[in-house]
Amino acid sequence: MYKMRLWSARNARWLNRFYEVLLRNLILLHPLFARIGYARLDKFFLAIEKIIKGFLFDSQSCGQCTLSYTGMSCPMNCPKAMRNGPCGGVRPDGGCEVKPDMPCVWVVAMEGQQRIDKHERVVKFVRPPVDARLKNTSAWLREVRKHHAHPELESLQ
Amino acid sequence: MLFEDEPMAGENLPILPGHVSPGRLERVLRAGRFAVTAEIAPPDSADPAEVYERARIFDGYVDAINATDGSGANCHMSSVGMCSLLTRHGYAMVMQVSCRDKNRIAIQGDVLGASAMGVANILCLTGDGVESGDHPQAKPVFDLDCMTALGMIRGMRDDSRFMSGRRITSPPPVFIGAAANPFAAPRDFRPLRLARKIDAGAQFIQTQYCFDIEMFKQYMARVRDLGLHEKVYIMAGVGPLASARSAEWVRTHVAGVHIPDAVIERLKGAGDQAQEGVDICKDMIRQAREIEGVHGVHIMAYKQERRVAEIVESTGILEGRTPWHPGIAYQKTA
Repeated sequence: MYKMRLWSARNARWLNRFYEVLLRNLILLHPLFARIGYARLDKFFLAIEKIIKGFLFDSQSCGQCTLSYTGMSCPMNCPKAMRNGPCGGVRPDGGCEVKPDMPCVWVVAMEGQQRIDKHERVVKFVRPPVDARLKNTSAWLREVRKHHAHPELESLQ
Repeated sequence: MLFEDEPMAGENLPILPGHVSPGRLERVLRAGRFAVTAEIAPPDSADPAEVYERARIFDGYVDAINATDGSGANCHMSSVGMCSLLTRHGYAMVMQVSCRDKNRIAIQGDVLGASAMGVANILCLTGDGVESGDHPQAKPVFDLDCMTALGMIRGMRDDSRFMSGRRITSPPPVFIGAAANPFAAPRDFRPLRLARKIDAGAQFIQTQYCFDIEMFKQYMARVRDLGLHEKVYIMAGVGPLASARSAEWVRTHVAGVHIPDAVIERLKGAGDQAQEGVDICKDMIRQAREIEGVHGVHIMAYKQERRVAEIVESTGILEGRTPWHPGIAYQKTA
């Protein structure tokens, strides 16, 4: 249990690099996406994301992915859905308060993030609360559109 | 302790320059006094008399009373209800808000309602999981976490806006607090998490139960290194353990409470374990008070509320002052 997502956090560095390359390529395809229509493409991308991210990270398809900032550990697997964890209930062995057998997703996140080399980000930013409307929509396409709407922002998140 | 501009019981104090709330807790802390708060146990009842009775135990010993919000995910009278009853009599309340049971719409409504009822302090908590309480079938909400709840309430107060951006005509003047657990893993991260809570809006902190003073000292040293003790008022959480057996139970069943073996051994070796539990609590208070950056204590004497008076009196933490209570108000008007 939880094997795959722990593996992903251990391999956070190249998974994150892979995602960066993927996103850059998707950004290049923006004119094509715009012509077909993002709304039409959403279901297709969501299905792909569900398979890939579901397998690697137990993704909950919240539609607002933070994996690059949380060491490839999906915070939506936290029983308290904490986007700014870890809570005060983490067990001495790093286990979750609610599910003792599960390693705290935020403890895993901090270890994973150190591999990505942006450890500071886990610590320094207060992430906004989840927008419930975005559940079951494509996070990748959102990033592509965000990049085109605000190219001055860092392309990743 | 009476202030010069003391209002009638049930009315709030004027907000002093540099203060955000009309409350007594902020006044005591900003005046540099060692503040004392205690946790009141909400009744499983609709009878207001039970609430008053439970508050009266603390009369003259605490600066504010924390009304818990379904602590341990168990159902009791709501914190808004408790606060509404007690502020009518002038008590200074810390209303605890847990993100487990309410979404952003409900929390913001409660903040306005509570503030209108005279609540001057709000403590934001993520909350225990529903699994640990008496209704494990319940749907956990967790729309926000404590961090985003802090930011939301600060936005209501300072920008007069709901999270949606809609305007609030009269913002809630509340002193905003958060919890901290210096004793939970990953411990290196805990002071950084405190820094983030301060950034999010926390002005005072009440910590998890402290039974390991060395661990707390290490935490506070790091807090001072980061300069956080000058940005936030930290109140050390303390409480009496009833017996060695109950300590063992708390250690294994209550999330986030760290009790070292030495404390359990000390309880086991005592003739009167309940008294020893109280004595350990007093020791923790005396030692915590010596730590630079600790501005007060928060006493959580679950099912032992009657021992709070003794704990406060014998440790001398009030330095001779008597916190406000309805009795003082009657003396003044008489």
